[in-house]
Amino acid sequence: MSEDILNNNYVYWMEAKEGSNSDIVISSRVRLARNLNNLPFPHLLNEEKGLHTINTIKNAWEKSPRENLKDMTLFTFNQLTNLDRQILVEKHLISPNHAASNTAYNGLLVNEQGSLAIMINEEDHLRIQCFLPGLQLSEALNCAQTVDDALEENLRLAFDENMGFLTSCPTNTGTGMRASVMIHLPAFVITGQINYLYQNVSQLGMTVRGLYGEGTEAIGNMFQLSNQVTLGQTEEDIRSKLDSIAGQIVQQERMLREKLSNEMRYQLEDRIGRAYGILTNARVITSNEAITLLSDVRLGVDIGILKGINAFALNELLVAIRPAHLQKKAGREMESFERDVKRAEVIKEKLLREKRQGEDQDV
Amino acid sequence: MYCEECNKKPATVHLTQMFNGQKKETHLCESCAAKKGAVMLNFDGQFGIPSLLGSFFGSHYNVKNINTTAEHVICPNCGMKFIDIRQTGKLGCAECYQAFNKDIEPILRRIHGSSRHTGKIPARGGEAVLLKKKIEALKIQLHEAVVHEEYEKAAEIRDSIKDLEKQME
Ligand SMILES: [Zn+2]
Ligand SMILES: [Zn+2]
Repeated sequence: MSEDILNNNYVYWMEAKEGSNSDIVISSRVRLARNLNNLPFPHLLNEEKGLHTINTIKNAWEKSPRENLKDMTLFTFNQLTNLDRQILVEKHLISPNHAASNTAYNGLLVNEQGSLAIMINEEDHLRIQCFLPGLQLSEALNCAQTVDDALEENLRLAFDENMGFLTSCPTNTGTGMRASVMIHLPAFVITGQINYLYQNVSQLGMTVRGLYGEGTEAIGNMFQLSNQVTLGQTEEDIRSKLDSIAGQIVQQERMLREKLSNEMRYQLEDRIGRAYGILTNARVITSNEAITLLSDVRLGVDIGILKGINAFALNELLVAIRPAHLQKKAGREMESFERDVKRAEVIKEKLLREKRQGEDQDV
Repeated sequence: MYCEECNKKPATVHLTQMFNGQKKETHLCESCAAKKGAVMLNFDGQFGIPSLLGSFFGSHYNVKNINTTAEHVICPNCGMKFIDIRQTGKLGCAECYQAFNKDIEPILRRIHGSSRHTGKIPARGGEAVLLKKKIEALKIQLHEAVVHEEYEKAAEIRDSIKDLEKQME
């Protein structure tokens, strides 16, 4: 049983893959919601039926001869500390709601790299999720479908000829599919175009929301774009529509970035230089400030103002600076101020190491 | 983060509304969200934020015009009543979809603009569906064959249809 996913920062979607628009799209995810026939949905499960559900799923997984299900580990939530469950949330592998439970029938079936993660008894009995770096929705859909096929060989799923896959919430009924991309849009925000995006996207049956920050503000210019409709369209329809909208957003963001670097070069260099300066010198930094400044640094790297920093390192920092990962690294629980100190240390260390490695390569 | 309404329970429902191009987010606990029941867009997050859609089930303020299943109807498999579903935003089990079909169908149409699945059919649970689809396709071929006066072929197709229909029983 591999516990690397709990002990390291690494998860596969951090790999900034070339040729997949990874300067703008951080990651792609496809999720399929599935339920077993005849058993109550998770919110009505008692312990006996809950255990029956997870054991049925476990058997289906163990019986499956498929290669892509071989190197997986099953963590049941009674085995995991609250901190470890938060680690999985911060890696985006489970939902905060799922992490709130600690029963033996809530669990995660996850592969070594964290590119395939199946939530068990979250809102549905099964939520098959594939996570890939960059804009790779086709590949992610393909992965999720293969896993669904493999598990389904040994499971009776709740399915209706007219309504499709039956889920506990009617917003997922039909394909049970939610495809999403995590996308960095600093130029949309700086130029005030982001509000138009919110409007346009919702008219197309998609939703966009800020990934970090509470209330009205989306901090760090990080957004998630996903499909809203799951019924009446095929999986491939949903995928291609989202792919095409994401592609258009990427193009627009690129154009706006170019416009900014042509017309506001000094302001942009100033802003990015300051962000880098603070991140490499601060001794105490809150999560919000770090996420905001890391967005500026990321933009600086993407448009060539900052050199020698890998996109992978920036992706890793997105996870490494969050509370559970900081505490895991420190090996103990920490109050908020202690975390702010640790966070500053982690960021500084990472950015300076990147810089040294960049210089070594230049020599 | 605590519920903005009662400040007591954790906010598990995150709603986003658009006002003149401005995004407004509201964070509520499940019970306050159910109470409000305003028509709000729901963003089902990457991280599976619970989709509680009291509004789609008709809130306390606008249920009157909905033609609901009689109150005494109970899902034979899980024991849920439609009123429970309306309160939690969740169905109890797969059979609820049949038991409350009259109510669920318009809800699906409101959410998705459609109530008919056109996507993947599972190989196992969908055997009957797959067979039915095959038979439908064969019947079209049969018709074509008859139109083109290919009677030998038509007879073959008719036999395959009969075989499949036997499997259906
Ligand atoms: Zn509340
Ligand atoms: Zn039921």
